[in-house]
Amino acid sequence: MTNLEIKNKIEALQSGLTYSSEDTDFLCIEVPKDLIKEFLLEIRNNEDLSFDYLFALSGIDFGEDLGVIYHLESSKYKHLIQITVKTSDRENPTIDSIHEIYPAAYFNEMEAHEFFGIKFIGHPNLKNLFLPADWDKGFPMRKDYTDTNMLIR
Amino acid sequence: MKEFLTDQLKTQEYFLNMGPQHPATHGVLRLLLKLDGEIVRNVDMDLGYIHRSIEKMCERATYKQIIHLTDRLDYLSAHMNNEAVCLLAEKALNIEVNDRIKIIRTIMDELTRISSHVLWWGVTGMDIGAITTFMYGFRERELINDIFEETCGTRLTMNYNVIGGLRYDIHENFVKRTKDILTHLKKKLPEYDKLLTNNIIFQKRLINIGVISVEDAIAYGLNGPTARGSGVSCDIRKTHPYSAYDMVDFEEAIFTEGDSFARYKVRIKEMWESISIIEQLIDKIPNDEHKVKTKAVIKLPVGDFLQRVEASRGDFGVYVKSNGQKFPERLKFRSPGFANLTALNKMAYGLKIADLVAILSTIDVVVPDIDR
Repeated sequence: MTNLEIKNKIEALQSGLTYSSEDTDFLCIEVPKDLIKEFLLEIRNNEDLSFDYLFALSGIDFGEDLGVIYHLESSKYKHLIQITVKTSDRENPTIDSIHEIYPAAYFNEMEAHEFFGIKFIGHPNLKNLFLPADWDKGFPMRKDYTDTNMLIR
Repeated sequence: MKEFLTDQLKTQEYFLNMGPQHPATHGVLRLLLKLDGEIVRNVDMDLGYIHRSIEKMCERATYKQIIHLTDRLDYLSAHMNNEAVCLLAEKALNIEVNDRIKIIRTIMDELTRISSHVLWWGVTGMDIGAITTFMYGFRERELINDIFEETCGTRLTMNYNVIGGLRYDIHENFVKRTKDILTHLKKKLPEYDKLLTNNIIFQKRLINIGVISVEDAIAYGLNGPTARGSGVSCDIRKTHPYSAYDMVDFEEAIFTEGDSFARYKVRIKEMWESISIIEQLIDKIPNDEHKVKTKAVIKLPVGDFLQRVEASRGDFGVYVKSNGQKFPERLKFRSPGFANLTALNKMAYGLKIADLVAILSTIDVVVPDIDR
């Protein structure tokens, strides 16, 4: 399916989303954070879209907002989309966990939690996976993080 | 006495640390096992023993510098990792590379894959209890590393790809030595089958161990040979061809059993396919420049870029969010090993500790790739 066809299909399912232009390699969509769980469930179960493979889940710091970027692929049709979710609260950022929809998200959400401080609502075990268990120096992947041991500033 | 044994003596579940310094965890992977006797009830992971925050370092590194950091992820697919960053920058900047570069890159990719798989074969044998295979695996790998040394200058962290081409032209012995190694491998791979694949003890340790279904493989994000052992068609060389993979004819190695032995067979078949790919290309290297001229400072346009390559362990992805500067705003390495490890608990539930070692071996973990 081309980007335009995917866009038309998704628009029919859910209105009020922000799209990038269609001439890029893959379609980029921004989804409001309270819709993300039902939206992903819909595009996973839709037979024409069938985005059933979570390729990557990356936390991101936009400077003001924090967010998560999902790259989803269809194992059947091999088309790919990028979905962005943003939250403006830097003190207590929360986004719904999607590990029930995509079990692959389980460890990726733990990673995004420890590096960006994003709390995933509904995730059963948000412990530190890469950082030491007693780490209290903040969230290393945020843009405003500094540390005396950083090799490149 | 018998009554005492049944009424008073109780068994209980207990926890056992496997790793971080355990030879069967292939590096510094720490697993917290919940055991009932010898039966695995839960596998919890503690990672990060060699976490270097490469993604954060990349936010302060130019694209040319980033290539050098990718070697340090999965060091056994260094060449593919380099190539992913180069292809991403070339796609973003519309740099067209010539066929010579494409073909040499592909040959190097496949040599890397064979070198990684023979090492994996040796280590798997050793994990199961056959020490000899370890020596055999290293013997073949050494010969391939010699080819890398001659052309790239290094044996492990090659840094051979640059944006717009290759760092050096190939060495004059490259074609001859590559052909020699293929002849050598064609003699040795049937020996591998005799020694291990057809060995009944080895088969009993792998067949029906760590079974994962097609649906679960997709849901857990498995990729590479691990997913192809469950019957998922996911070879990036086929689905999203890059470099010279659209010029060659090869078969995607897929087995449908989903157990450890299927994953083993996928890798053995992949070695044969790699040999066939190199044979198709080795005489077709055209005479041309080995490098396209690029700007001294590489700046990617504003936007989102993603490049995927088929590394030895699976679908390696580089995602870059660029704001038009010489540094990326965010760079994410999608590690195939990390994705494959997520299903470990599901695969190992209810099996014995020795089976867990066999599973770890057949999903082929490389810890620097997982920890990043």
